[in-house]
Amino acid sequence: MTETSRRQFLRLTGGTTITAAMLPFLRAIPASAQSGGTIVVVSGQTINSLDLHRTGTNRPSYQVAVNCYDRLVSFGTKAAPGGGLSYDYSVIVPELAESWTISEDGLTMTFRLKPDATFWDGRQVMAEDVKWSFDRAVSVGGFPTVQMKAGGLERPDQFAVADDGSFVITLDRPSKLTLPDLAVPVPFIINAELAKANATADDPWAMAYLHTTPAGSGAYKVARWDQGQQLVYERNDAWVGGELPAFERVIVREVPSPATRRALIERGDVQMSFDIPNKDASELAAVDGVDVYSTPIENCIHCLCPNYAFEPFQDPDVRKALAYAIPYEAIFQTAAYGRGAPMWGGSAEITDIAWPRKSPYMTDMAKAREHMAASGFASGFEVPLSISLDLADWMEPTALLLQEAFAALGINTQIEKIPGANWRTAALVEKRLPLHLENFGGWLNTPDYYFFWAYKDGHLFNSSNYRNEEIEELVDTTLHMPMDDPAYAPKIKRMFEIAFEDLPRIPLWQPALNVAMNGADGYEFWFHRQLDVRPLSAVG
Amino acid sequence: MILGRVAQAIPVVMGVVVISFLLTRALPGDPAAYFAGPAADAASIAEIRQALGLDKPLIQQFFIYVGDLMTGDLGTSLSTGQPVAMDLAARLPASLELTLVALILSCVIAIPLGVLAATRPGSWIDHLCRVVVTAGVSMPTFFTGIVLIYVFYYLAGVAPAPLGRLDFIYLSPPQITGFYLIDAAIAGDWETWAGALKQLVLPAGTLALFTLAPIARMTRASMLQALSSDFIRTARAAGLGRRKILYGYAFRNALLPVITTLGMVFSFTLGANVLVEKVFAWPGIGSYAVEALVVSDYAAVQGFVLAMALLFVALNLIIDIVYALIDPRIALG
Repeated sequence: MTETSRRQFLRLTGGTTITAAMLPFLRAIPASAQSGGTIVVVSGQTINSLDLHRTGTNRPSYQVAVNCYDRLVSFGTKAAPGGGLSYDYSVIVPELAESWTISEDGLTMTFRLKPDATFWDGRQVMAEDVKWSFDRAVSVGGFPTVQMKAGGLERPDQFAVADDGSFVITLDRPSKLTLPDLAVPVPFIINAELAKANATADDPWAMAYLHTTPAGSGAYKVARWDQGQQLVYERNDAWVGGELPAFERVIVREVPSPATRRALIERGDVQMSFDIPNKDASELAAVDGVDVYSTPIENCIHCLCPNYAFEPFQDPDVRKALAYAIPYEAIFQTAAYGRGAPMWGGSAEITDIAWPRKSPYMTDMAKAREHMAASGFASGFEVPLSISLDLADWMEPTALLLQEAFAALGINTQIEKIPGANWRTAALVEKRLPLHLENFGGWLNTPDYYFFWAYKDGHLFNSSNYRNEEIEELVDTTLHMPMDDPAYAPKIKRMFEIAFEDLPRIPLWQPALNVAMNGADGYEFWFHRQLDVRPLSAVG
Repeated sequence: MILGRVAQAIPVVMGVVVISFLLTRALPGDPAAYFAGPAADAASIAEIRQALGLDKPLIQQFFIYVGDLMTGDLGTSLSTGQPVAMDLAARLPASLELTLVALILSCVIAIPLGVLAATRPGSWIDHLCRVVVTAGVSMPTFFTGIVLIYVFYYLAGVAPAPLGRLDFIYLSPPQITGFYLIDAAIAGDWETWAGALKQLVLPAGTLALFTLAPIARMTRASMLQALSSDFIRTARAAGLGRRKILYGYAFRNALLPVITTLGMVFSFTLGANVLVEKVFAWPGIGSYAVEALVVSDYAAVQGFVLAMALLFVALNLIIDIVYALIDPRIALG
């Protein structure tokens, strides 16, 4: 073979065996003799670190924690609405842990590690490694520490080594969130001996080393990382965390331009385009040979937030007028191209605890005018409507339609575009935006967890400065309560009622994560919205 | 003389250091809040602010920065987690290679086109020159880039996939200069060399179309001026050959403003080809700077501005030397 064209290359590698040493790439990274193949994935985002715990690690980098490291436990798999597969929040399955027991009082959890689990360097995974990794997650500060705290994991003294194969967690209070919180990307298990050998006095957690050199036991190793260009995963054939992945090598290429990504997937030169814009998703769905998966993101809602710190929005009639004036359907079609799930026009009576759920509001200008007339601001007012430039793809069309609709009520809005780096400070930290769009999504999929972040006073995603004593109390009591507790459902329903009555967040729609595949199969949606390459397989 | 030139650049560079420091601080973003992540609370933001040294007074931050600069330390980029000098060393060659190839391509077309247009004003070639120039400047580079991808990759299938500097089936050559074409040639790996060249054609073509215009315009104008000047009339009267007049006298004199334009075009292209980089997934310096700017990554932005300033100083120096070579009236001494 003299010509190393891509199409030829992929034909060869498309799920069948390939003789190594024929191609320059394979020459440098020796392929194992097993069957396998290569898949090429393109993404618009850049991976900036191989260590999730580092300060400044961005979201796309979380995929390294998922693919290269193991956690004690993981979530099961189910069919996803909108096609394909999804993780299953309700089923916890073993990853590194073989089994676990929870004491009667719910305060002590004991994990038995798989005896055949080894790190990439061949050393057995010990409870000591788990302890070091958990200590690291709760000690480094920033996002990992906050996420650990959500599961009641706050201090190193909560983690203990019983023997080489057993790891014990002691909780301050029992919580239904602890076990799921062990399955999120954050508490991943690091090869502690290797990491400690590369730690320094200034850097006891080996942040500098693990930033560029993962040391795990996961399904894939990093064969190559060219920052800003590509990440190449290579399968770890000794993986025991789950079923051995089909692809021997996964190449994740960074292609910033959506137009270029679209050309690549349509031509079939790449097998997967991850996180594509809604517009491309709706158009690619009609292209032969391309499969598009649009999975509504669990526990995530795009909202319009009227800020309680600003006088007109303290008036309940003004908030309701807004909710009835929103052109929901037009926004959903224009900004989301119909991808995701509508969050309006639900029944007034709340009969179950499904969340996200449709609000009882719908576009009804007559009702909107009625509420506006009944309010203390019947003659209208002026207010800026703030959006983030980073999220302009959905916020901008939404804001324009809202502006038009609100003008009919005499509420004149000026659209204020805030740069991405400033958005968090303005919207979430200082909470100083009178009327703005927001899109919180909770990793742990329970309504109380969503309310904890988005409706409790002072909490980060409560960008409306909302405070309601009953909500405060309901969230506190339900947050750690088991979902099958008979007191749980009534309290959650009451929470929904108050949220829809008070409207600090007016739900617009539930967004979708869009992925296009051409020649590959097995895509699974995860709450972390990053690429899990492990279940992927070739078509046919 | 060269040393004198370099000495003149020192205040410029110092000015750039101060201005880039102040401007990055004046940006509205808060890097501590940004890098603390999506679920951070006030305490963890404060923790990160302290770790970044952003809790210190501005003047103290400045002196720390200058002190580090003196030791050649540009700081560490928060978003890439690597020393800024390393990031720049990885990305600058990518941009330089693209820009240089584009400029060579553009000169090869634009200068003959300008000369021909000037020697035959009003002819079809003059009109062609005008059309090319107008089209080149009026089409934004990202648009030209997408059109080229659509036609040559998507429809015709003759261009390689726009996946950056090298297709994934090749390994990048061992790094010596960072220019893939040069490194692959040194390593004697002609397969990779050809692969790198193939990837270069479309983005370099896009940039060349854009940079063609000023060079062709300037060549045409200065050629016209040279051809109508007294010394050419004298040369013609003396009965010198047309070729000798055109290339020996007129063109050599016309080159000076063209070189000046080239220098300007080069520096703005290097900084401004971020759109081309995005479209072709080119891991260049422009997209690095924009990403750093978006997240208020101070060290990276400052490093970028400083690198560009130094490059500009070096470029001006080279242009001065080239002047002296072309025009003996301008002496180096």
